[in-house]
Amino acid sequence: MSTLIAEELAKNQKAISVAEFFEKNRQILGFDSGPRSLITTIKEAVDNSLDSCEDAQILPNILVHVQRISKDHVIVTIEDNGPGIVKEQIPKVFAKLLYGSRFHSLKQSRGQQGIGISAAVLYSQLTSGQPTKIISKIGAHSPAHYYELMINTRTNEPEIFKDEEIDWDRNQGTRIELEMEASYVKGRRQSVYEYLKSTAVVTPHARITLIEPDGNEIVFERATDKLPKQAQEILPHPHGIELGTLMRMLRYTERKKLGAFLRYSFSKIGLFTAEEICKASGLDFDIDPHDIDRNQAKKILEAFKKVKIMSPPTDCLSPIGEELIYKGLQKEFDVDFIATATRSPSVYSGNPFVIEVGIAYGGRLQKDDRVDISRFANRVPLLYQQGACVTTRAIESIRWKQYGLNQPGGGLPIGPVILLVHVASTNVPFTSESKDAIAEIPAIQNETELALKEIARKLNRFLKRQGTLKKRREKEIIITKVLPKMAEKLANTLEKPVPDISPVVAKIMGNVHIDSSADKHETGEINVRIKINNHGSKSFEFDIHQLLPYEIKRASPEPKVVSVGDQYDYIWPVKINPGNSKALTYTLELIDENDENKLGNIIVEGMEQELVTGAKCVKGV
Amino acid sequence: MASEISKKKLEHDRLAKQNLLKVTESLYDQFKEGIIPNIVMPSRTKKNIEYNDESDVWVYGGRESERSSKTVKGAFQLLKTTHTIDFLLSNHLSQNRGSTLRELYYISENWDVAKFKEQPESDRLIEDLEIITNLQREYFHMRPEEDGATMFGPIRIHEETKRGDRIIHCQEDIGESGYQIPFNVENINFVDHDANFIIAIETGGMYARLIENGFDEKYNAILVHLKGQPARSTRRLIKRMNEELGIPVAVFTDGDPWSYRIYASIAYGAIKSAHLSEFMATPAAKFIGVQPTDIVEYELSTDKLTDKDISALRSELSDPRFETDYWNEQINLQLEIQKKAEQQAFAGKGLDFVTDIYLPDRLSDIGII
Repeated sequence: MSTLIAEELAKNQKAISVAEFFEKNRQILGFDSGPRSLITTIKEAVDNSLDSCEDAQILPNILVHVQRISKDHVIVTIEDNGPGIVKEQIPKVFAKLLYGSRFHSLKQSRGQQGIGISAAVLYSQLTSGQPTKIISKIGAHSPAHYYELMINTRTNEPEIFKDEEIDWDRNQGTRIELEMEASYVKGRRQSVYEYLKSTAVVTPHARITLIEPDGNEIVFERATDKLPKQAQEILPHPHGIELGTLMRMLRYTERKKLGAFLRYSFSKIGLFTAEEICKASGLDFDIDPHDIDRNQAKKILEAFKKVKIMSPPTDCLSPIGEELIYKGLQKEFDVDFIATATRSPSVYSGNPFVIEVGIAYGGRLQKDDRVDISRFANRVPLLYQQGACVTTRAIESIRWKQYGLNQPGGGLPIGPVILLVHVASTNVPFTSESKDAIAEIPAIQNETELALKEIARKLNRFLKRQGTLKKRREKEIIITKVLPKMAEKLANTLEKPVPDISPVVAKIMGNVHIDSSADKHETGEINVRIKINNHGSKSFEFDIHQLLPYEIKRASPEPKVVSVGDQYDYIWPVKINPGNSKALTYTLELIDENDENKLGNIIVEGMEQELVTGAKCVKGV
Repeated sequence: MASEISKKKLEHDRLAKQNLLKVTESLYDQFKEGIIPNIVMPSRTKKNIEYNDESDVWVYGGRESERSSKTVKGAFQLLKTTHTIDFLLSNHLSQNRGSTLRELYYISENWDVAKFKEQPESDRLIEDLEIITNLQREYFHMRPEEDGATMFGPIRIHEETKRGDRIIHCQEDIGESGYQIPFNVENINFVDHDANFIIAIETGGMYARLIENGFDEKYNAILVHLKGQPARSTRRLIKRMNEELGIPVAVFTDGDPWSYRIYASIAYGAIKSAHLSEFMATPAAKFIGVQPTDIVEYELSTDKLTDKDISALRSELSDPRFETDYWNEQINLQLEIQKKAEQQAFAGKGLDFVTDIYLPDRLSDIGII
């Protein structure tokens, strides 16, 4: 009975084309809502443009144009100045799913699976019934090819509606035009504008122009003419390879000996390491790799773990660099402070990766909101599922209070801050196919935290400096704007002379206050008293000079005397601790009344003027 | 009598001048002595009011707060204080003029950086000066904006107005809305009365209801309309009638946390002006309701407590003025039922219910009739 049912069922069982599968499951690829479909389309096209420009060492000029043709339909055009695509490849690149050059290569690039742009073409034909229009030209002397394409969803092969040579006034490049059900939204994080702005931050060598449906044109100008260093392709690293992958590699290798297979199929395995691995796995160095069975493959895998193998090479990665992230943030945000950091490369399960971070503080950023996070994977902005991302987890696990930001109830800190995190890897571990969030890999989280702490320390130093400056400014207001007026008003009310406010000023500023007073005796002698108060928080050493045309008597303590022309320079070296006061006294005998005015000013040598009230300061004589 | 009042006035002016000058002198001397100018005064918070056994009211305790020119805020406060004192001395006291709190705020327009940002700031500063000088603002010739509270009942008063003396009976010589209480009730003397008690009423609607129902005549009651949080003059007049004439006082408000504070400010004194408690609070005043137990017992129409109501109730639980078994029980009950009721909710039982049943019941509960 059961076999009968099985046979019955078998009649309906058939292979499903990839294209058919995605037709029914389009949310997997990021086409689940109007606004999102538009962002995903633009994102896939811009990723391709940037990748191809960088491969060809061209400074990218990219145009994104969105036109609204009805309430929920748009035409979106993306054009680049890249190397173009050769005629034969055009239909397959745009109208065949899972066709691409990058899926099998191990180097850092934006796109990986070759699904992206053809999925947008598929979405376009599903919602508008229109073919996608493509123009591509590979050089000034080559013709421009114009195609109208759809995907045959049963066979996953391109269907060509038009194939012509046309005139195109560009030297080279590719232009794609898609009509689709989608909507253009503004004013939130998940929007075309924000996506392009974020892209501009991490791609400072590109010029990106956006024309919005209302005709408004926005240019994200490039900040550098330096192209990023090209990422190199590498062989897989033995760490983190899976059994199935290893078995496939063994079966299809051209090598006839295990030792050679190991040396030339993996990175960082040389002759010596290959011998070590063979020894550790108990397999002969010269055995034919095609004869190795599942159990032996398992042993090789175990040997990979036992034998010491160098970390994978990192020239397959192309970090943006601290300087360019700085420039990117600087050109797109008007802020008071920026710090950036690029960690050295690290490895998770055999995949090399680099963490880069940036922080922008102040300016017109919102003060009372949670910080903004800009996440990137291989230079591609991640707009969705922030909460599920390892980078968010890393930010939340830092105690920001230590670095001067509030973090009420844990979670994301609060402040006028943009935090940028870039994860660059040959294989970014996304949580799902729509590539929105990076999985919680401990090595990645740890590196991200270390990088964030590095820039957080810089932020903290900046904030502390700001704090001291602010306090200083506030004190300036008190002593310049408030106290003089208060003293004047009080004197006015009481009909008394305006009191000297300098002792109070010195106290408020934490300065050294110097005050001299003179008592005239009946005998004609004058007793002078110089009082020094240190209101500061550390001790100071300086010299007090008093320039006088007379000799002084009964000085206490006794000063050094230097005669300068017809005057005497009396010098008292002073050392005074915080909170202490000292007095210098001496007596003068005046010859005549008018000379009283000649009592010289006190001069302080060896102090900054802003730390002294009541006397002039001079730099070392 | 007129000369007696003017003699009193001269003495008040002398005191005001003397005490204000003391503040100025002390700030001036601080500059001279190299002390950072500051004023220390009792802190005006819930935590710093304590019960005074002698006067039976709540006054400020020993906690002090400092206005110091060490901080920008404190420095500006002191600068404004010096300007205000100068203004009070040279414009008010020496020229025998006065202004309202609002006018003071506008006058400060000419004080450059010392001008007030908003009226509450100048109002607070005047209160500060009251505390520092130990005098009421009337001594500085400062008037509140409006008084407006009214009363109605079997009492004859003598009011000295700027247009001459008036003798007024507060039932017979006035219109339907009652006798308007002036802002300075020191100008009033009581001639005679026939009153058994005073009911202070929060809302105008209930005040009018009691007049319409003839409650004042039937029970020989003086009705005082509080108009929300009562003005100083209203509280002072209630206290004077209670103390000088020995008439008992009952307070009838809505049944919500804000209304309990109205009662507390009449009976115990207000937190923001506890320096005036001994002058204005009537410790013998009794609370009629609306009590949370009334809400339950009479099944009154209610509104749900808002978040603000709830936090106000919670804050009252930690307010020393409400630290009695009675208030604890009532407030906790209200937090439990999560409801509040207006005094006019009694209308749901019929227009006469409040005067025929509720008030007589409650007044005999609290021992007034």
